[in-house]
Amino acid sequence: MQNLISIITFLPLIAALILALFLKGEDEAAQRNAKWLALIATTATLFISLFLLFGFDPSNTGFQFVEDRDWLLGLKYKMGVDGISILFVMLTTFLMPITIASCWDVKVRVKEYMIAFLLLETLMLGVFTALDLVLFYLFFEGGLIPMFLIIGIWGGKDRIYAAFKFFLYTFLGSLLMLVAMIAMYVDAGTTDIPTLMQHTFASETFPVLGFQIVGGVQTLLFLAFFASFAVKMPMWPVHTWLPDAHVQAPTAGSVVLAAILLKMGGYGFLRFSLPMFPVGSEVMSTFVFWLSAIAIVYASLVALAQEDMKKLIAYSSVAHMGYVTMGIFTVNQQGLDGAIFQMLSHGFVSGALFLIVGVVYDRMHTRDIAAYGGLTVRMPVYALIFMLFTMANVGLPGTSGFVGEFLTLMAIFQVNTWVALVATSGVIFSAAYALWLYRRVMLGDLIKESLKTISDTTPRERAIFAPLVVMTLLLGVYPSLVTDIIGPSVEALIGQYDTALNDYAPATELAMTGDH
Amino acid sequence: MTSTDLAIILPEIVLALFAMLALLGAVWTGKDESASTVSWITAAVLVAVAIWISLSGGGTRVAFGGMFVDDAFARFAKVTLLLAAAIVLILSEGFFSRRGALHFEYPVLIVLASVGMMVMVSAGDLIALYMGLELQSLSLYVLAAIRRDSVKSTEAGLKYFTLGALSSGLLLYGASLTYGYAGSTVFKDIFAAATDGHVGIGLLLGLTFMISGFAFKVSAVPFHMWTPDVYEGSPTPVTAFFASAPKMAAMAMFARAMHDAFGDAVADWQQIVALVAVLSIFLGAIAGIGQRDIKRLMAYSSISHMGFALLGLAAGTERGVSAMLIYMAIYVTMNIGTFAFILSMEREGQHVTRIDGVSMLSRKEPLKALAMLVLLFSLAGVPPLVGFFGKFAVLTAALDADLVWVAVLGAVGSVISAFYYLRIVYYMYFGSDEVEQIDGSMSPVQWVVLMVSAAIMVVGVINLFGIDGLAASAAASLVVN
Repeated sequence: MQNLISIITFLPLIAALILALFLKGEDEAAQRNAKWLALIATTATLFISLFLLFGFDPSNTGFQFVEDRDWLLGLKYKMGVDGISILFVMLTTFLMPITIASCWDVKVRVKEYMIAFLLLETLMLGVFTALDLVLFYLFFEGGLIPMFLIIGIWGGKDRIYAAFKFFLYTFLGSLLMLVAMIAMYVDAGTTDIPTLMQHTFASETFPVLGFQIVGGVQTLLFLAFFASFAVKMPMWPVHTWLPDAHVQAPTAGSVVLAAILLKMGGYGFLRFSLPMFPVGSEVMSTFVFWLSAIAIVYASLVALAQEDMKKLIAYSSVAHMGYVTMGIFTVNQQGLDGAIFQMLSHGFVSGALFLIVGVVYDRMHTRDIAAYGGLTVRMPVYALIFMLFTMANVGLPGTSGFVGEFLTLMAIFQVNTWVALVATSGVIFSAAYALWLYRRVMLGDLIKESLKTISDTTPRERAIFAPLVVMTLLLGVYPSLVTDIIGPSVEALIGQYDTALNDYAPATELAMTGDH
Repeated sequence: MTSTDLAIILPEIVLALFAMLALLGAVWTGKDESASTVSWITAAVLVAVAIWISLSGGGTRVAFGGMFVDDAFARFAKVTLLLAAAIVLILSEGFFSRRGALHFEYPVLIVLASVGMMVMVSAGDLIALYMGLELQSLSLYVLAAIRRDSVKSTEAGLKYFTLGALSSGLLLYGASLTYGYAGSTVFKDIFAAATDGHVGIGLLLGLTFMISGFAFKVSAVPFHMWTPDVYEGSPTPVTAFFASAPKMAAMAMFARAMHDAFGDAVADWQQIVALVAVLSIFLGAIAGIGQRDIKRLMAYSSISHMGFALLGLAAGTERGVSAMLIYMAIYVTMNIGTFAFILSMEREGQHVTRIDGVSMLSRKEPLKALAMLVLLFSLAGVPPLVGFFGKFAVLTAALDADLVWVAVLGAVGSVISAFYYLRIVYYMYFGSDEVEQIDGSMSPVQWVVLMVSAAIMVVGVINLFGIDGLAASAAASLVVN
């Protein structure tokens, strides 16, 4: 199959176009058709992407299934996957049918809702498979438009503020990245990502406005990309759009946002920052470590104080992403494996947690923690599911959450003990907020009058949770499923990174002794 | 000799003759009753001339001893501006007819302005340039004031005329200084006057005055003050015209004067143009935020966009000119689509331009709202829409010419301007039901223009309809000679 990746990427878009052009009306039947078409399209995408997974050769560290065509302005339409990106593609195709199924009860502008999600799937898949800088940027930024509409139209009370904040924050970060991308294009003469990964950008120290820039151009490029990825990630202190966007987004929007969109930042660090600016990454790594450590502790503490369930989970996402950035910039096997693992695991766990909030929100129309209590009595199955994902969120051994946290902490311990010390304390905080949330919502006596008639999960809801439960446990007890696929590519990446640093090492010492 | 010269300017002659014919014809037949027919015929003639020019042979031809140049660059600009003029004319016909305000002078003035613009972009000499510019400007002054019974329209015309005359004065003063120090008004002789990549102090003074005059015509900061008032006061179809064809022409004239006459002294004008570009981007972005009137908003938006196009010119390279042409072609397309929508904004039969009038449009007219959403995001330069590629081309050219700070500032400015486009989307999709909403329907012409323009913004991502290749060869023809 020559065009497999294009087919996977654009299949949802085609479904969206069919919906937009041929489906008329707002009545019951039209709504049902829209939902079914979206579900069928995303499921078909999932099945086709399985061919990609089974046809993938993990021992080959280059790009596979590559498509290469001429595009406009001298750019290329180039797509492909390697060991790092393929699992993100799988994560996306796996979660989209679940997301679509979870919004079966939406009644407002269903057609547009489905179109937005299908469009979003195409754009996210494009981000993970694009092998041309500008093509990548196109997909990366294109996601802003559907997400802006999803938050703005179907969100909650302060949706307008959240939508604007989301858009402008990410747009600013991304435009700085665009300037850096063009600078790279001008320097290297190509926008081909595999070629750029081999290209060495200048790393001589030079002054800008009186500051000595250690690592030179590489550091500046790194910072420009960092501005974009850190916002998308999101890292402390540019995380503030996330809780707002999450609280206001509808359940399915939150799932996509937390489970997939947040991974684009981490993927960007792996695809661009480490291989293309190794010196810049090394220079800035301590800075990133501390930002991550602060994110882990600070976000966990803030999560403790939340009154709103979704906001609590949003802050917990920020904390978990802290482990990811920390792991990535240790640049050793455990760190990178752990970071990728953590991203995948967070995709399942946070997605499930937002769905869990959605279940009670659909019934009670409030996300206030105080409005609940003692739900175990009336909702035993729900209690079990909630328990499992709470544990996975805490990082209990046996769930997927444990593997990622453990590997990244182990990696950071080898590099910077102090950061490791601070970050590990986050594990305790996360247990505190997650268990406390569970206690307040689920345990105790069912005394609130309004909750006396609440019903347990429906078969549809259970069917939605089933695959997530399976994946969380499976990856928890058998992590090699993931590490076998990403291992060789990660190893190659580390090898390339170390070589680049060794070439640079003498220059670094000069710069350190000279100007500082 | 004269016959070959005349052959080269044949399209201009044909259009000029047509303008006179149309004028006579309309006067003899039914004056304003025949205005509608004259408009459609005029639009057809403009399109025909555009096709004729695009099909006429390649290469560079020079007429009247260098006064008039016909090259790929001029042809690119002419085709764009003629098509823009034709589409705006058809849109205007519908708008004015509905209100019984279509004068037969309107199409005639559009043709005359178009002839002026064609001379502007082909001028190879300061006198020819000024002649074309004045023909265009005088037509535009009248167009701005064409609704004689409206105080606002008259005021806009008068403001435009006064400030336009001032800028023409600046331009003429610069031109006379240039003539004095270079000893010639022909561009290729002025070109030779720059030695070692720099011009003398006298010539530099002339250059600066001329740039001021050009900056006025493209409404770049600090000569932008007329734009919001004139855009707001003029009848909306005229505003649509101002925002499209004349901008293309003025920008092309600017580029030709810089490259053909001062192409050997890029460093001398590069910094001025770069500064003007950055200031325009920022002023357009920031001042637009507070606007409540969509025409004023589009005025600030056009200032910001002109800043971006000037960024391409500031690069001073072939790539820069090609980026500028791509940017302008995309800009004109987006703008015409947006104005097709603005022209249809009505409430109880009255044309309204308040931005919150579009509140909740997505519920009543989902397709129209979607098309408008595409255009607005494209104006903001959000990928994957075509507007992004204009910004990409320009920023690439700027970085290629080592204008790093300018490019970074441009990127920041475009984030700020994204805010006001987003606000329109906000009204359309999440606005409230309480404000006075527009309730008019679109005429078929407006609908088609809006939809086609939006479709171009989406489909163009595949290959930009090949205009990048055309722009590149156009730029090559300009920068080489």
